[in-house]
Amino acid sequence: MIKFLGQLKRRTPLGWLQLNHDRGRLLVAISGIAFADLLMFVQLGFQNSLYDSNTRIDRAMLADIVLASPKALNFQNLSTFSRRRLFQAMDTPGIQTAGALYVNTITWRNPQTRFSAPVQVVGFDPDRPAFNLPEVNQQLNKIKLPDVVLFDRGARGKYTEVIAQLDRGQTVTAEVDRRTLTIAGLFRLGASFGADSSLMTSDQTFLRLFPRRDAASVSLGLIRLKPGYDPQQVAAALQASLPEDVQVRTAQEFIQFEENYWKVASPVGFIFSLGTAMAFVVGVVIVYQVLSTDVNSHLKEYATFKAMGYSNTYLLGVVFEEAIILALLGFIPGTILSFGVYALAAKATALPIYMTVARTIMVFVLTLVMCALSGAIATRKLQSADPADMF
Amino acid sequence: MNNTTNTQPAVKIRNLDHHFGHGQLQKQVLTDINLDINVGEIVLMTGPSGSGKTTLLTLVGGLRSAQSGSLQIFGQELYGATSQELTAARRHNGYIFQAHNLHSSLTAFQNVRMGLELHPSYSIAEMETRAIEMLETVGLGDRINYYPDDLSGGQKQRVAIARALVSHPQLVLADEPTAALDSKSGRDVVSLMQTLAKEQGCTILLVTHDDRILDIADRIVDMEDGRLLDK
Repeated sequence: MIKFLGQLKRRTPLGWLQLNHDRGRLLVAISGIAFADLLMFVQLGFQNSLYDSNTRIDRAMLADIVLASPKALNFQNLSTFSRRRLFQAMDTPGIQTAGALYVNTITWRNPQTRFSAPVQVVGFDPDRPAFNLPEVNQQLNKIKLPDVVLFDRGARGKYTEVIAQLDRGQTVTAEVDRRTLTIAGLFRLGASFGADSSLMTSDQTFLRLFPRRDAASVSLGLIRLKPGYDPQQVAAALQASLPEDVQVRTAQEFIQFEENYWKVASPVGFIFSLGTAMAFVVGVVIVYQVLSTDVNSHLKEYATFKAMGYSNTYLLGVVFEEAIILALLGFIPGTILSFGVYALAAKATALPIYMTVARTIMVFVLTLVMCALSGAIATRKLQSADPADMF
Repeated sequence: MNNTTNTQPAVKIRNLDHHFGHGQLQKQVLTDINLDINVGEIVLMTGPSGSGKTTLLTLVGGLRSAQSGSLQIFGQELYGATSQELTAARRHNGYIFQAHNLHSSLTAFQNVRMGLELHPSYSIAEMETRAIEMLETVGLGDRINYYPDDLSGGQKQRVAIARALVSHPQLVLADEPTAALDSKSGRDVVSLMQTLAKEQGCTILLVTHDDRILDIADRIVDMEDGRLLDK
């Protein structure tokens, strides 16, 4: 290793000197890689925000174990199961409470624009907090009144005036079917790919909004355990004691289940993966073009070096040196630009799009692989640098 | 390396044939070449285009593999040598080409330094002083950090000579080094080669069409249709 470093120190940094000599080409290469990196960051950022935003409500639930219908697909398509299962669950040792959650989507008239918009309605017993959202839990008394709801301040759509009015302490009325709802307060959850906005309300109001829904058919069961009990074990015991028309998952498993739907069953997860792959291919093509042009224009010099006694490995090293330098130089502006694009996209979509260290490392590794791959393809041209043709 | 008590010739070629192409298209370019070049000798090779001079030069330089016969450079047999052995053998030679073939992204100094980097025995400081000394010797002490594009044709060829000779090779191979130069610079370049070769005691094999430089030779060999005609 020390010997290798010594050799490296001795060596003329040919790759860097070559790149630096043709600034125009260097600039094109760097912007190409930065662009490919930006594309990858955006695709991965959207993909992550998809998983993040859709599991946000699951992560906010106050539950150790979640009961759901086996027909449930995701939070927007939960189907229902019999409330009787919740009462039966109470027989299993270790369970403290078992609360019902009612979820459905309804079209309401946006109180600000008067246009129809879909809204997700979540109903639960206001005597028993169902979410780990302090703003909701402080306003539980408000939703005990009929037809009173809380509104998501992170909703996607034109709700700024509504939010401003509520912030001033006023109430806003909204129309749903032929019923008038009173928005009495705000909380923060944020939009997701599945729902633009959410309303929190009591189970009673929920059932009034959806006359066809029955109090005995619940969307989710939120189970809290007594201290000292292991959710895994209790969940297994519950699944064994309850009939098969209900699926028992720990809270963590339920979040995984939701994320898995968006990753596997919905096309969106695949689309973003494909987008990332396309960006990677674009990067490979750009770097290959730059490196192969560079090798081509230096074929004579390379052949001369071979005639002088430099080995093929040395010249391969020069091409890979260039590839790694390009990866580094392109990654930096690509990452800085991505921060800006993330901020823009987060503002425009109300989705949680942000940079993570893991993703930065991942894209950096992808950039290195991208450049090394292009370098490997470009080195095939080196074979045509034949020193015998030099004389 | 200029040990004159050593009677072994620098280059010893016996019954060397060489062909290009395969099957029906096969063409013989060298026929029964026998040539000895003594250590310290300057040999000029002349002859019409296509007579095989350059092919012989590339064989001697280890840029091509010998196909038959025997080809010994300072006692090392190149016939049947592996490509690694050929690459290693090239490091003992200095090459001067018709075009200067300097790397355009490297300064004169960096180009000359590339000639030393192949030899692990030189330290970084040694490489730097030697490269600078060599450039001063060829009269370019004030152009050390110039890029090839900023040098004249003669200056570039002098940098190329500095690169070829900086590591004190035992054998210098040159292919029409004056072809791209005017008569004055051409003359300067060969005189420089001659002086440096005498100082370092190296052997030179030089292919040329240029009648004006024949006087530097210790011996002239003529080649025609792939055969050597010793004068």
